Amino acid sequence: MGETEMSTLDQMTPGTSCRISSLSARDKLGQRLLDMGVYPGLEIKVIRNAPLNDPMEVELDGYCVNLRHSEARLVMVDSL
Amino acid sequence: MSEKRRLVALAGQPNCGKSTVFNGLTGASQHVANYPGVTVDKMSGSYRFKGQKVEVVDLPGTYSLTSYSPEERVARDFILHEHPSVVVNVMDASNLKRSLYLTFQLLEMNVPLVVNLNMMDVAEEAGMRINVDALSGILGVPVVLTTMKKKQGREELFETIDTFSEQEKHDTAVRLDYKEMEPFFREIQDILETETSLETDYPLRWVAIKLMEGDEEIYDIIGRHHADAAGFLADVDSMRQSFEERFGVAPEIHIARCRYRLADEIFAASVAVEGQGKVPLTEKIDRIVCHKILGPIVLVGIIWLLYYLSIVQGYNLTNYTWPLLAKIRSLTEAITPAPGFIDIPLIRSFSLWFVDSVNALLNYVPIFFILFGLIAVLEDSGYMARMAFIMDRLLNQFGLHGQSTLPMVLGGVYVGGCAVPGVMACKGIPDERSRFATILTIPMLNCLAKVPLYVLLINIYFAEHKGWAMLFISTISILLVLPVAKILTLTVLKGKETAPFVMEMPAYHMPTIRGVLGRAVERVWLFLKKITTIVAAVAVILFVLLQFPGLGPEREAHYEAQKTTAIDAFQKAIENTSFAGALSGDQVMPFIIYWEDFASAKMAAGRGKGDDLKTQFEQRNPIFFQVVSRQGAEGKTAFNAAKKLVQTRKMLLMEMRKERIDNSFLGRAGKFMEPMTQWAGFNWRVNVALLSALAAKESSVATLGALYDQGEEGAQTLEERMGSQEAGFTPLHALALMLFMVLYPPCLATAIAVKLQTGSAKWMLFSMGYPMALGLGVAVLIFTGGSALGLSGLQAMFAFYGLALTFTVAMGFVRDREQVSTRFPGKACWEKK
Repeated sequence: MGETEMSTLDQMTPGTSCRISSLSARDKLGQRLLDMGVYPGLEIKVIRNAPLNDPMEVELDGYCVNLRHSEARLVMVDSL
Repeated sequence: MSEKRRLVALAGQPNCGKSTVFNGLTGASQHVANYPGVTVDKMSGSYRFKGQKVEVVDLPGTYSLTSYSPEERVARDFILHEHPSVVVNVMDASNLKRSLYLTFQLLEMNVPLVVNLNMMDVAEEAGMRINVDALSGILGVPVVLTTMKKKQGREELFETIDTFSEQEKHDTAVRLDYKEMEPFFREIQDILETETSLETDYPLRWVAIKLMEGDEEIYDIIGRHHADAAGFLADVDSMRQSFEERFGVAPEIHIARCRYRLADEIFAASVAVEGQGKVPLTEKIDRIVCHKILGPIVLVGIIWLLYYLSIVQGYNLTNYTWPLLAKIRSLTEAITPAPGFIDIPLIRSFSLWFVDSVNALLNYVPIFFILFGLIAVLEDSGYMARMAFIMDRLLNQFGLHGQSTLPMVLGGVYVGGCAVPGVMACKGIPDERSRFATILTIPMLNCLAKVPLYVLLINIYFAEHKGWAMLFISTISILLVLPVAKILTLTVLKGKETAPFVMEMPAYHMPTIRGVLGRAVERVWLFLKKITTIVAAVAVILFVLLQFPGLGPEREAHYEAQKTTAIDAFQKAIENTSFAGALSGDQVMPFIIYWEDFASAKMAAGRGKGDDLKTQFEQRNPIFFQVVSRQGAEGKTAFNAAKKLVQTRKMLLMEMRKERIDNSFLGRAGKFMEPMTQWAGFNWRVNVALLSALAAKESSVATLGALYDQGEEGAQTLEERMGSQEAGFTPLHALALMLFMVLYPPCLATAIAVKLQTGSAKWMLFSMGYPMALGLGVAVLIFTGGSALGLSGLQAMFAFYGLALTFTVAMGFVRDREQVSTRFPGKACWEKK
């Protein structure tokens, strides 16, 4: 709240990179994101959206993960 | 027995090559079971090393060891409660950094750990040089490098496991420093130490970490071990909250971040990477395979190939395997008591029925073998994840999952699948609710066995619009599956666990022939073991239901009289020939059997091989041979008389069979149901056919065949017989029947598969009950509704199609409640299960 450049991962366009600032997901989804390597401080690159636009594929430190936009919406990022 | 049980558990993240390591260690001695209570595969096997037997259990692949998914719970409980002598942590060496995340959690559980860096060839190709000593030194556990695919490093792994399980004490060097959180752990540990006896069963530091993480199951464990659990857990909650307030980060995020940071440090200290910068091959492939336009085209192509190779080519293969099964049948014919003129010994008819039922299933084995092999290729190569990626949006709209694609393809999205492998393939869907929705709707797809009934009815009642009718029937099922899946999701499955769709997109791998074949063999074997026994049992039950109570004494006497008449007529016709003596009295039956053997041998041999056959049969009985080969004028006379006799016998047998079915328990059930099913346009004959299809759908046409048989010259096809005998039957009747077949309950083999995959008989019964109700509803709608509106069959077809399409689209727009939890910490309100 208050920050100007704050956006969520689902808004990022393919080809762009950003840094994760925080997660607003808790419990099962939050833990799943953490276990898959989505944690605050990490740089993340959006590779592509699926043919029907959802889900999206992102690259985290050398490996690729798919997630739905509804889940990416809970990942706060700062664009780089 | 042996002095000490040696148990090795393999733990690792998905796609790390763990099953290759498992195969490499155990060779052929494996078996699959389910973990009690859940449908997670339990693979176990064993090997001998230095005379010692070692049991190996392949734990499910997991990224982490929380309690949020059944796989993770299973893996964690096994490590905690089964006390393996060694846990081998298998890692994809090329993905070392990320794999350490799981390693740290294993270390925290204080288990005797051996790290196995597998797929070294891939890592080396990517330019990674790993300093094993450094890595082993930091982690404080042995590290073994392998390329299991080529069996490299296998001996060393055996050796390390052996020496390591000899050791009594294991002290691990690395201890993850959680920095600001350490005081919190210490406080929790102190309380646990003084107030509980958890220490004997659980490493306390691990419990403390899990508590700070907010792990669901640890809360339960505390509930069982702490006198004042509620008070203690409330304290833990306030500690979690105060940590978050003081350091501005949720405890579980802090814990994960500490692990990833340490992984970074260890990676930097033990691995050197050279030659970066080029686009990896996987990304090059994905630019096509996941492309907006090309991606779906590739997907359709691959699905087509899957159909083509398994269904089409697999069917061709059954041409070679069927004679084998036919041999079993003829062997059964040979060893069971010979048939009488009209009285077939019960043991004979039962044995043949039984063999036929089992054969019908075994006939699918080549198809399944190819299918399972191809699925293994899709899984191992990494394409499965791409399939889910492309399809998820569409399927998710209906409560299904990206990974429902493959099961649906196998079940027969367009035409000609099989629900059994379809349901079995649902195993991989991580989201329980979507998995159940997929399992429950797959039987509505177009399995191969439904096709004969469609073809039969379309040929009679939609002969002028065959193309339309086929298109309708091939595509209507998906328009029923999607909305039904959505409705199930919103109703009976509402309470099922869901899982977030966060999936790794693994790098492509070349599948190994051994891995693929091994998996195909293993799954076919599993299928045979579990399914065949059930089908056999059901065959017995159905036989009884169709056979008994049988014919009354006066009907028996009636047929007996007909038999005498026929034989008398035969003997009268040949009394003036030289065959009169040879074909008299008790020689009649052996002659009929000879006649039939000759006819079927001629049929089987086809043209050309006739000469062999003739000598063979001439040797068997020269006199009979003169008759069957019409030798001389007397031979011709005898032949014609015999032909008539054989036909009369056939007709009598068919009439008796028909009457027996009419009179059977199943026949009575069919009649009993008629007042209800008449609204759907089904008469009792149709009911009997549908009931008999419960075991296997192809039975429906076979039973109809028996019921509509008048035993005429056999020149009329079933289409003609049914068309002429059911004068009141209209295309509307046929349409109602076809749609009922679309929604028909799963066959018994599928029902068993449903039970295996859902882990409960209750869901199996549900999977059989709801389609029956739905099918009847739709059939009534078509028949009664269509009749009331005065629609023709074709009009009703289009009307229903439009209705289904509209309904599907509408259901796609129904929003599911958002499942994502953004709840603020504070677990005092924890819901106990």
